[in-house]
Amino acid sequence: MGHIILENVKKRFGEVTVIPPLDLEINDGEFVVFVGPSGCGKSTLLRLIAGLEDVTGGRIIIDGKDATSVPPARRGLAMVFQSYALYPHMSVRKNIAFPLRMARLERAEIDRRVKAAAEVLNLTDYLDRRPGQLSGGQRQRVAIGRAIVREPAAFLFDEPLSNLDAALRVGMRLEISELHKRLETTMIYVTHDQVEAMTMADKIVVLRAGNIEQVGSPLELYRNPRNLFVAGFIGSPKMNLINGSIAAQHGAETIGIRPEHIFASSEGGEWHGKVSVSEHLGSDTFFHVTCDGIPEPVTVRVGGEVDLHYGDDIWLTPDPNHLHRFDTQGLRVA
Amino acid sequence: MATQHSRSAARLMLAPAVVLLLGWMLVPLTLTLYLSFKKYLPLRGDSLQNGLEWVGFENYARFISSSAFWPSVQATLIIVGGVLLITVVLGVLLAILLDQPIWGQGIVRLFVIAPFFVMPTVSALVWKNMLMDPINGIFAHLWRFFGATPVSWLSDASVQSIILIVSWQWLPFATLILLTAIQSLDSEQLEAAEMDGASPLARFFYIVLPHLSRAITIVILIQTIFLLSIFAEIFVTTGGSFGTRTLTYLIFQRVVDSQNIGLGSAGGVYAIILANIVAIFLMRIVGKNLDR
Amino acid sequence: MARAVTPRRKIITTAVAWAIGLLIFFPIYWTILTSFKTEAQAINDPPLFFSFDWTLENYAVVQERSDYMRFLWNSVILAGGSTLIGILVAIPAAWSMAFVPSRRTKDILLWMLSTKMLPAVGVLYPISLIFVQFNLLDTRGGLIAVLMLINLPIIVWMLYTYFKEIPIDILEAARMDGANLREEILYILTPMAIPGIASTILLNFILAWNEAFWTLNLTAANSAPLTAFIASYSSPEGLFFAKLSAASTMAIAPILILGWFSQKQLVRGLTFGAVK
Ligand SMILES: Nc1ncnc2c1ncn2[C@@H]1O[C@H](COP(=O)(O)OP(=O)(O)OP(=O)(O)O)[C@@H](O)[C@H]1O
Ligand SMILES: [Mg+2]
Repeated sequence: MGHIILENVKKRFGEVTVIPPLDLEINDGEFVVFVGPSGCGKSTLLRLIAGLEDVTGGRIIIDGKDATSVPPARRGLAMVFQSYALYPHMSVRKNIAFPLRMARLERAEIDRRVKAAAEVLNLTDYLDRRPGQLSGGQRQRVAIGRAIVREPAAFLFDEPLSNLDAALRVGMRLEISELHKRLETTMIYVTHDQVEAMTMADKIVVLRAGNIEQVGSPLELYRNPRNLFVAGFIGSPKMNLINGSIAAQHGAETIGIRPEHIFASSEGGEWHGKVSVSEHLGSDTFFHVTCDGIPEPVTVRVGGEVDLHYGDDIWLTPDPNHLHRFDTQGLRVA
Repeated sequence: MATQHSRSAARLMLAPAVVLLLGWMLVPLTLTLYLSFKKYLPLRGDSLQNGLEWVGFENYARFISSSAFWPSVQATLIIVGGVLLITVVLGVLLAILLDQPIWGQGIVRLFVIAPFFVMPTVSALVWKNMLMDPINGIFAHLWRFFGATPVSWLSDASVQSIILIVSWQWLPFATLILLTAIQSLDSEQLEAAEMDGASPLARFFYIVLPHLSRAITIVILIQTIFLLSIFAEIFVTTGGSFGTRTLTYLIFQRVVDSQNIGLGSAGGVYAIILANIVAIFLMRIVGKNLDR
Repeated sequence: MARAVTPRRKIITTAVAWAIGLLIFFPIYWTILTSFKTEAQAINDPPLFFSFDWTLENYAVVQERSDYMRFLWNSVILAGGSTLIGILVAIPAAWSMAFVPSRRTKDILLWMLSTKMLPAVGVLYPISLIFVQFNLLDTRGGLIAVLMLINLPIIVWMLYTYFKEIPIDILEAARMDGANLREEILYILTPMAIPGIASTILLNFILAWNEAFWTLNLTAANSAPLTAFIASYSSPEGLFFAKLSAASTMAIAPILILGWFSQKQLVRGLTFGAVK
């Protein structure tokens, strides 16, 4: 179980409205990712669901029951903090056992569950260490271990990987995804990392200033961004957004075209320009091109190694099937 | 940062401390204030049961105009000022000394701070007898050794003696705080100044001393509050005679010895006002610190 | 000081520092030394530094004649009791202010500090009056209450500054893990803050032990602690230096040792966290 409904949920800190009324439904077993720029209210929304903050208005319904004024301890949710928030004075074993102790489980049952969790997370050898004696990745696992032993209705993650180095992040990302596949428990995951959002989520919730800009699967958001904000936010490198006469030719205020949907040629094409910066990654090459009649540089992705350099002539042709058109309000035009 | 739940829990858990301190402050304060407007001499038959005579500000006027008042203010100022001067100046020097690399630094530190942990009655008695006794004290031995006549410290140099005793007790406090502050001084600053050609003396006055100014202010304020109410040191040594009757001691005598409660209470109100003036400055500094 | 210091300079500073240290420590040293002399040797001229008959007799006499143990016990009860009750009142208060701060938290903290500055002599009579009224004069309970109240602001402040250093995430994690408020404080906050709580206890025990206004004015035979016991020695009659020294040594030795352990906390506690 882990079906969470936010109805008209609102949050104000004093005079500042951080979350204007917002509705959201999270289905049982879903992996939902909250993304958005810094300060947009992702953590706040997560803490509202956790019960660590009161809502200013609206209702939170967990598994059919109104949980709006239920204290965090009794919502049946588990949270993994960005700082891990391990109990420094307890061994790994005691850390993982703590929620079970609070639930007044029997000793034998506690031991059994701690052992099982430790096995899943490769922590068996470290059970008697203190958190201070563990590496960042191991601490992260302990935090996750502490969350899974309770068999919660849903897991809440607040940027759990942001304190890890790049290599470890990739590993942990896979581990969390795997864990989700195995447990089939609802997970709500806050990040501002594109890749994490795209690879892990069943459903991405894009937030801006507390508003939900769009909800959908990663590919839906990639293919059909509802507005300019989502279009610019999802995808890496960013979608090219072009205003002016060229957009008008396509009957729109603004057109958007992703770098991977532009065909580049040194012979001829729709737009002519000169290469300003070229980034050779080996598998791909990115060109930043200054085009005639387009004020912003256009980014293009070309597969493999292409030998073009600063100042070389280049012709670009957008793929018409992947052209996004937006109106004066910034909304997508079908 | 919290839920309604935790906010009301917080209020509940804060309540005992607040209520206790509120009672501790308000009840005696109100009583003192009340008594300061009354004629209350228990030895002459006044009693709370029979009701006390309201005398307005007479006690306040009498307390100030009594012949003992100005000398007591003077004694208070001299003792507090003297102790502050000695402890701050020596404290800065000692702190700098202890900050240098020396062998056995830890042990020297223990020696230096030890007096702070000696209870006031003990230190007063030890100084009075073991050191300052005109016949058998160490000072008397020392004076005789050099062919001088021993001094009756607590009668002939009473105020200086009290200053000496109290300074000995408080020097550790000043030193320890100033040492802590010095240790937080960024050594790169000093090195930069040295590169700029500043002499050691210049470095002391332009870098070390300004860095210590906040700590010095705190030492002065906190010590002032404690020094204004020193009691045991005088009680045990001179009993307030030989010009060592401070404001605190004068009030104590009015209340306890001469049993003039009204007059003593008026004095108490003066003392409270005085302490509050110092306290306001202290709170400014501490309060600023809270924001960080 | 990153650079090496010349040995000559280090020798000089060491010598000066030790000389000053010993000078400051001398009264205590002299008292301890004298406590092992006979009364005649105690006032010998010239003073005897080593060559005397070491004796423990003074300690025996002090204990026997003035029932030293009872005063000592009172000191332990008063200092211990007031500190313990103070801690019990202060932990919840400090939790509130450190973890659920409101707009008024700062004012409350400063106000608490201000009660510490109330001059005792200004409220001596009212307090005695209340003590008489409730039959508290010369009882341990009454004095424990007073000592607790005068040190409560320091206890709250010290705990507050220690609690502030604990990340609130960890307490929230405990809440998510199903701990209620009592469990959160008992199993998470308190163990994490043990070093801070211990220092607070230590410093306040020392302050209460040495408190010498209320203990002198509100006690008589029954509840008098060591401060009062020592004060009763204030008139010198005949040969008594050695015994005074023995009594003084017994009164300060335990606290001196505790004090040496708590020197760091002294700074933080008595400056209300303004110097760390
Ligand atoms: N306790 C608080 N009191 C007042 N304002 C707050 C409080 N907590 C958060 N805010 C404000 O609410 C807004 C949203 O904060 P939140 O922490 O939810 O952002 P976020 O999306 O998690 O950002 P980040 O990606 O940087 O973690 C911010 O503008 C923040 O300043
Ligand atoms: Mg956040």
